[in-house]
Amino acid sequence: MGGGCGHLPAPPTVGGRLRGLDARAKVVGLIGVTIVAVSAPLEAWPTWVACALVLAAVAVAAEARPREIARRAAPVLPPVLFVAAFAPLLSGGRAVASLGPLTVSDHGLRVLAEVGAKATIGTVAAVLLGLTTTFPETLEALRRMRAPRTLTLIAAFMYRYLVTLVDEVRRMRAAMTSRGFRPRSPFAAAVLGRLVAVLFLRSLGRGERVYRAMLSRGYGGQLPAVAVGRLGAADAAFVAVVALALVPARVLAGMAA
Amino acid sequence: MTPAIRARGLRYRYPDGTPALDGLDLVVSPGERVAVLGPNGAGKTTFMLHLNGLLRGEGELLVEGVAVERGTLAAIRARVGLVFQDPDDQLFMPTVREDVAFGPRNMRLGEDEVAARVSAALDAVRMAHAADRAPHQLSQGERRRVAIATVLAMDPGVVVLDEPSANLDPRARRELTALLGELDRTMLLVTHDLPLAAELCHRAVILSGGRVAADGPCREILADAGLLASHDLELPVGFDLGRVPGPPESRILMSIHGGS
Repeated sequence: MGGGCGHLPAPPTVGGRLRGLDARAKVVGLIGVTIVAVSAPLEAWPTWVACALVLAAVAVAAEARPREIARRAAPVLPPVLFVAAFAPLLSGGRAVASLGPLTVSDHGLRVLAEVGAKATIGTVAAVLLGLTTTFPETLEALRRMRAPRTLTLIAAFMYRYLVTLVDEVRRMRAAMTSRGFRPRSPFAAAVLGRLVAVLFLRSLGRGERVYRAMLSRGYGGQLPAVAVGRLGAADAAFVAVVALALVPARVLAGMAA
Repeated sequence: MTPAIRARGLRYRYPDGTPALDGLDLVVSPGERVAVLGPNGAGKTTFMLHLNGLLRGEGELLVEGVAVERGTLAAIRARVGLVFQDPDDQLFMPTVREDVAFGPRNMRLGEDEVAARVSAALDAVRMAHAADRAPHQLSQGERRRVAIATVLAMDPGVVVLDEPSANLDPRARRELTALLGELDRTMLLVTHDLPLAAELCHRAVILSGGRVAADGPCREILADAGLLASHDLELPVGFDLGRVPGPPESRILMSIHGGS
C-alpha cells in the first residue's frame, strides 16, 4: 500500500511576504485581478497592463520564479492560446489580411487579443494563488467566505481522492504491463475502456463506503457552520492595495474607451 | 450494570434475501475487549454496521442502554466509534485536523471544544505532528492511527475496529497493538488476525452463519484448533500462544474530556 507519497503538487515552497497572509485575502485579491481583467474590453487594454503589473508585483513579493510560474501554467495556458490562435482565421468579420487561401478577420484578431490577455492574466493569478497557498487553505478560505458548502465539499473530496485514484490507475497499469500489455496494440482501446469502467465502479464503491463512514461519525446531510475569524491588518492592506491599483485603472480605461 | 452492548435475536437479510444475521445474541460489558472472529460471510461486518445504526434489522440492539433506532441515531453514533478497514474510506477531509474535527462538529460542539478534542485525540494516537498534513501524505500505519483518532475525538464509550491490522507492516502493526492496548474503552475487534486478538482481547466470540457459534476466554477459544478449523480459522504456522503477552490491563484512562 501507499507509503504516503502523494502525487499532488507539493505544498507551496514560495510565498515570501505573502505566505503569512490569510488565504481569504489572497483569494479575494487574485480573483479580483482576474475579474477586473475579464471585465475589460479590448478598448480598455490599459486595464490589462495594470493587472499584469499587479501580478508582477505579487510574484516579486512572493519570491516566485518566472520559470516556476511558467511550469505551472503550462498545462492550461498553451492549449487555450492554441485554440484562440485560430480565431482570426475562422471567425467572421471584415478581412484585414490574407494568408494564402485564408483570410484574417478583424473580429478574429479582437477575439485572439481578448482571450489571450484574459486567459494569461487569469492563469497567472491562479498559479500565484497556488504557489503561495495550499489547497486546504484555499478551501478553508472559501468556506469562511461562505461559499456554498456543497461546492467546497466536492472540491475537498476531489483533492483528497485524486491521489488515491491516480495510485489506483498506476497499480492497474503496472499489473497490466507486467502481463505484457502494450498500449500501442490494436486491442489497447478496448482494454483501456475496461480499465476506466473498473475505475468508475471502484470509485462508486468507495463513494458508498466513504458516505457510510461519514454517517457513522454523525453526518446528517449538512455540515455544521464554523466560526469565522477576522482578517488582520496585513490582509486588509493587501486587498486594499490591489483594489486601489486596479479599480481606478479600470474606470479610467473604460472612460477613455 | 448496563451492558455496553446488548443484542438479542438480531436478524438481517440483504436486499437479495441472503441472511447475514440470523438471531445473533451477544452481551458485552463495559470495558470488555472482545475479538469478533469468523469466516468470510459470517456476519461480522454486518453486525458492526448495526452497532452504529448504519444497517437496521429485526430484534433488539442496545448500546449503553440506548436502543438503536431511527430517533436515537445521533446519540448512538456519539456512543459507538467505527474504525473502518480501509483508512482511505474514513479519512476524506483535506487535512488530518479537519478530518478529526468532522465528528465533533457533527455533534454541534463549540469550536474551542472541537479544537481541544482534536488535540487530545491526535495526542492519544501520537499523530499531533501531522495535524496539518493531508491524509494521502501519511503512511498506511499513520492513516490507521488517524482513523482511530477520528472516532476518539467523539469520545465514544464503544470502539469497533474492522480488521485494524490489515495491510500494516510489522512495525506499524506493533505500534498499533500498543496503542489499542492503551485505550480504555469497550472494544470490539473484528479481525482474522488471531495473534492480534490474543494480544489484545480477554474474550472472543466466533460468528458463523449470522449467529454466535462460540463465546469464551480468548485464549481458550484460540487454543481449540478443532473449533477454529470448523470455522475456517487457524493460527499462523509456528505461532505459540504461550509466548504471546496477554492482553494488557487498561493503562491509560483516556478521556477526551479529562485527559489521562
